[in-house]
Amino acid sequence: MSHLKPERVAVFGGVYNNHLALEATLRDAHAQGAERVYCLGDIGGFGPSPDKSFPLLRDAHVLTMMGNYDDSIGRGLDDCQCGYTDPRDNHFAQISYDYTLKKTSDPNRAWLRTLPHAFRLELGGRRVRFAHGSTRRINEFLWASTTPEPFIERLLRDADADLIAVTHTGIPWERRLQRDPASGLLNVGAIGRPANDGDTCVWYALLTATGGPLGVEVELRPVRYDHHALAVEMRQEGLPEEFVETILTGWWTTCLEILPARERAASRF
Amino acid sequence: MSQDLVDLAARANAPTLPFAGLDTLWLQVTGTLCNIACRHCFITCGPKNDSHPMMAREHVLDTLDVARRLGVREYYFTGGEPFMHPHIFDLIDATLQQGPLSILTNGILITEDVAQRLGDLFRRGPYSLDLRVSLDGTTPEENDPIRGKNTFHQILAGGERLLRAGINPVWTVTTVHAAFDDRSEGYARFRSLLEARGFTRPRLKFIPPFLIGREARRSQGYAADDLLQEGDLFEGEEHVLQCGSCRTVTARGVYPCPILIEAQDARMGDHLEGALHPIRLDHPACATCHQEGFSCRT
Ligand code: SF4
Ligand code: SF4
Ligand SMILES: [Fe+2]
Repeated sequence: MSHLKPERVAVFGGVYNNHLALEATLRDAHAQGAERVYCLGDIGGFGPSPDKSFPLLRDAHVLTMMGNYDDSIGRGLDDCQCGYTDPRDNHFAQISYDYTLKKTSDPNRAWLRTLPHAFRLELGGRRVRFAHGSTRRINEFLWASTTPEPFIERLLRDADADLIAVTHTGIPWERRLQRDPASGLLNVGAIGRPANDGDTCVWYALLTATGGPLGVEVELRPVRYDHHALAVEMRQEGLPEEFVETILTGWWTTCLEILPARERAASRF
Repeated sequence: MSQDLVDLAARANAPTLPFAGLDTLWLQVTGTLCNIACRHCFITCGPKNDSHPMMAREHVLDTLDVARRLGVREYYFTGGEPFMHPHIFDLIDATLQQGPLSILTNGILITEDVAQRLGDLFRRGPYSLDLRVSLDGTTPEENDPIRGKNTFHQILAGGERLLRAGINPVWTVTTVHAAFDDRSEGYARFRSLLEARGFTRPRLKFIPPFLIGREARRSQGYAADDLLQEGDLFEGEEHVLQCGSCRTVTARGVYPCPILIEAQDARMGDHLEGALHPIRLDHPACATCHQEGFSCRT
């Protein structure tokens, strides 16, 4: 019934091959009464067995958009276009990329090439816009400490939106405008990798239309899944022990140099 | 033809870089005034050079107002040496109210008190505060001939005070040494120096030398055929080169980037709003940015 205006939607991004977390997220979203589920892209990367995520997304009718990773895997590019600058970060990013490219079937790669780049919807009378990195670039990083309010206002203006939701960084956060709390920006984090805070859970967002001044209420929800089982599978697949450690501890061990000073200071490594 | 005419003809054929919007604002808060006078400085900063004087406190605050309206994403303070500014903490405070800030410093004026105040600001505000300290060698023998007598130890001491205050600075290294042509070897040497000094997660940025300012006298400067020509730029280069989305404000007006503030013909007027248009990359330093894919951003 796609012509109905939904009252509650679930939004996640950054599956990174973590099919166990994807299953758990879909279960939770369903239990919470989400009428639609959106995936903001980056299906591959980091985790094991890329082909396992695709049937889960399709069977649950997840509205999926293209992330930079999906663009790269779909077209068979040389790297993930994440835009890392540090040599060690690039080294590890390349390991997961080469693994994912090799292990993603041709039909799934063809499907990635068909994904849309953005979604628009109306929720609680607000114009909501979903994008992967930002509304202006697929691989722009929007971190809490480097995405200030005046810049959010500009993004909203340029995108004709009241609320923007993105992923791509892996750490969830939300900022509302002081002059209009019904407007703002939400990063839903990632369900493929914990949020670098020492907790092994992953995060997604539930958006609910309210009659109140917020227009749309955002709930960032932690998801617990069998991360031990994922670790076993990652080792079987020969993925680096550094990645396994992140899944088992909740702390990032790679891709750290891209973090702003604030987020970096809060991390363990 | 005289050399001037050759240059003129080459510059007339320079490519135009699209402008993607003002994301980054550089504020030359202390202009060309610096407590030291490095031999490789790409602007001729020093204790006596006030060709760009300090920005008045009000000028900075007014500029911040305009920047907020324009939706600027991030701010950089540079000079000269920003910590020579008498109102530096007012300026830092005001900037951090509206966005993340990186301060480029030589570290020498980072006293214990300055470091502690910066540490407080780092923990308190909603936006990121980053410090960038420049160092040009892993020994006094490498660094001091370039940055000045005894500066090696003073710079490291400033960085260590920041670390104790909870701030892990980015170390910027200008790759003027033959030894650092091989970046991986350069990285390794700086990493071990910094780790030995207690920086368990050293952050490093290598910067290519720009052959202008004092560096033009030290090396040979640029040749006329270093200029970029129409057709040299690649698609989307405005997202790589910082002047595709940044401007610099000094006490003397608006410039495309922090590198060209001493090139008189690069000046873009008095007001930020009037400088948000594409520019021609007709300066020799532009060739360095293009070739190295370089951005002064952290
Ligand atoms: S390179 Fe930096 S520290 Fe050295 S003189 Fe120039 S502005 Fe001052
Ligand atoms: S010197 Fe570099 S940053 Fe400055 S205008 Fe030229 S290309 Fe742009
Ligand atoms: Fe991404």
